[in-house]
Amino acid sequence: MEKFITLTDTAVPLEIENIDTDQIIPARFLKATDKAGFGENLFRDWRFDNEGNEKEDFPLNQERYHGQVLVAGDNFGCGSSREHAAWAIKAYGFKVVVSSYFADIFKGNSLNNGLLPVQVSPQFLSELFKAIEENPQTQLKVDLENQSIKLIDKNLEEKFDIDAYKKMCLLKGLDDIDFLVSKLDKIKAFEKQQTV
Amino acid sequence: MKKTLFDKIWDAHVVESIPNGPDILYIDKHLIHEVTSPQAFQELKDRNIPVFRPDKIVATADHNTPTENQHLPVKDLLSRKQLKELTQNCEENNITLYGLGHPYNGIVHVMAPELGITQPGMTMVCGDSHTSTHGAFGTIAFGIGTSQVAQVFASQSVLVQKPKKLRVNVNGKLKNGVTPKDVILYIISELGTNSGTGYFCEYAGNVFEEMSMEGRMTVCNMSIEMGARGGLIAPDKTTYNYVEGREFAPKGEAFEKLKIYWESLKTDEGATFDQEYSFEAEAIEPMVTYGTNPGMGIKISQAIPENESKSSGKALAYMGFTAGESLIDKPINYIFIGSCTNSRIEDFRIAANYIKGKQKAKNVNALIVPGSRQVAAQIEAEGLHTIFEEAGFQLRQPGCSACLAMNDDKIPAGEYCVSTSNRNFEGRQGQGSRTILASPLTAAATAIAGKIVDYTQNLN
Repeated sequence: MEKFITLTDTAVPLEIENIDTDQIIPARFLKATDKAGFGENLFRDWRFDNEGNEKEDFPLNQERYHGQVLVAGDNFGCGSSREHAAWAIKAYGFKVVVSSYFADIFKGNSLNNGLLPVQVSPQFLSELFKAIEENPQTQLKVDLENQSIKLIDKNLEEKFDIDAYKKMCLLKGLDDIDFLVSKLDKIKAFEKQQTV
Repeated sequence: MKKTLFDKIWDAHVVESIPNGPDILYIDKHLIHEVTSPQAFQELKDRNIPVFRPDKIVATADHNTPTENQHLPVKDLLSRKQLKELTQNCEENNITLYGLGHPYNGIVHVMAPELGITQPGMTMVCGDSHTSTHGAFGTIAFGIGTSQVAQVFASQSVLVQKPKKLRVNVNGKLKNGVTPKDVILYIISELGTNSGTGYFCEYAGNVFEEMSMEGRMTVCNMSIEMGARGGLIAPDKTTYNYVEGREFAPKGEAFEKLKIYWESLKTDEGATFDQEYSFEAEAIEPMVTYGTNPGMGIKISQAIPENESKSSGKALAYMGFTAGESLIDKPINYIFIGSCTNSRIEDFRIAANYIKGKQKAKNVNALIVPGSRQVAAQIEAEGLHTIFEEAGFQLRQPGCSACLAMNDDKIPAGEYCVSTSNRNFEGRQGQGSRTILASPLTAAATAIAGKIVDYTQNLN
């Protein structure tokens, strides 16, 4: 897995609440049997009309917004367990998603793909939206070691929570499969004592 | 220490707790399907790791399958390729597959319980968020992403933080015509779509105790729609009677022995929850959704509430509704009875009982999709197929179908569909489709009337 240590970049705002994984990547694109190509269809039906033309009012299509940080409304990633959603966001070029709330499965899927979900307070989120709206060149600094996110120009900073184990995995680029395989003896011993 | 039902099952499956980190949780049954497994199989191949416990995995094809002519090669080439990969992966790894056409084939959350694969006290996972369904048996069951599917392939375990505990109590007497689907839609409309995030939810109270297993599955199925990773109900006589005698359920002495253990799977008196809510059964009515998430639901007799938020405005604009209006008498051209929420025999009995002797309205396309081959066979055995066909409903072959519209069963853009599925997200049933979630009874009544009706007005 790709490491994540720190990132300083501009952000793309998506001020919509309850963005579900069907919007992130619609089900009709889940027929692939590999992980490639999902970025093209990220937010497909919000980004493009039926003829495949870009919708001008959608932030990802607006030139003034760019960067590797996606800032989204409350309860991001609800709905289906499809990991294709995390693959699509990562493949499009985002490395961090910021929201005031993440759905559990999406959060886990992101962490397993080196995409960092940063949960901030509703107040900080609204400051972010305001700052990006005022100046799309606003720089954000995300520091995983210190578990902090900073609006550089405004000198506004907030700490975020992350599971200590997952933090270590991201900082070192390790993933869960290697870890679990290293525990197979323990798992076999558990199976032996399992009575029911 | 006093323990909840959830604690008892969880604690019995922890291989190791990592300090300040997740638990290694042992998984008793891993269910897989064609859409979320191929990349996981590839991951193992790339690392040259074998599947650790193939005998604890069961596969089915359900999400990306046609509901017509299942005996013919699948027309859509990408779908055919995905199904072929599932078959190959299962063959190469000695995994039991109930593929298209097999008598045990069906939606993963319908076929596993009906075959007795799902049993109380187990831990179960599947690369599908509605795995919460199996909690109806007093099982810890939850959806996982594809990376975790690969973890379970490699170690029969997942790394997961123990969730917090939530209990939702519903006590009292349900009104005539109120179904389990209405109960769960009501709970979600009251609590919202993220109230359960970070929690596992136990449903308690006489309303759940009196429900059939089919009803309990409908309730637990939608736990994820309030954000909860899973939901569960303590096993009781209803559970044991359902499980006993099923194909893969333990038999004879083994069953009796297990039953003694299952009887201990109850929340201890005085055990604490991190959060608890209580509702009165009498307050619940048939429910419909008016927006683009399952929390945007109202009693069928109510008007769409005012809400100033930008997201709510976006949802109403998508649906073509305005705050303050009622959904009653809205013309509807599509209804869908199916999905892992409502495609079990009881759902079709309820629908058929209402439809019997009536005709669907001319404007309505009514689609009935059983959850499994076994449910389809039961529909035929009970003669329900005749009722549906005579009323002008299309009875299809099993699968997820129009719930997520990966196959040809799509609702056209701009059209409303009263659907017994679980998600009313934008475009969920096809690009531009507008979903109104409801019970099988509401869907059946809508099909007959050609518009949304409050059928309770006609009940005794």
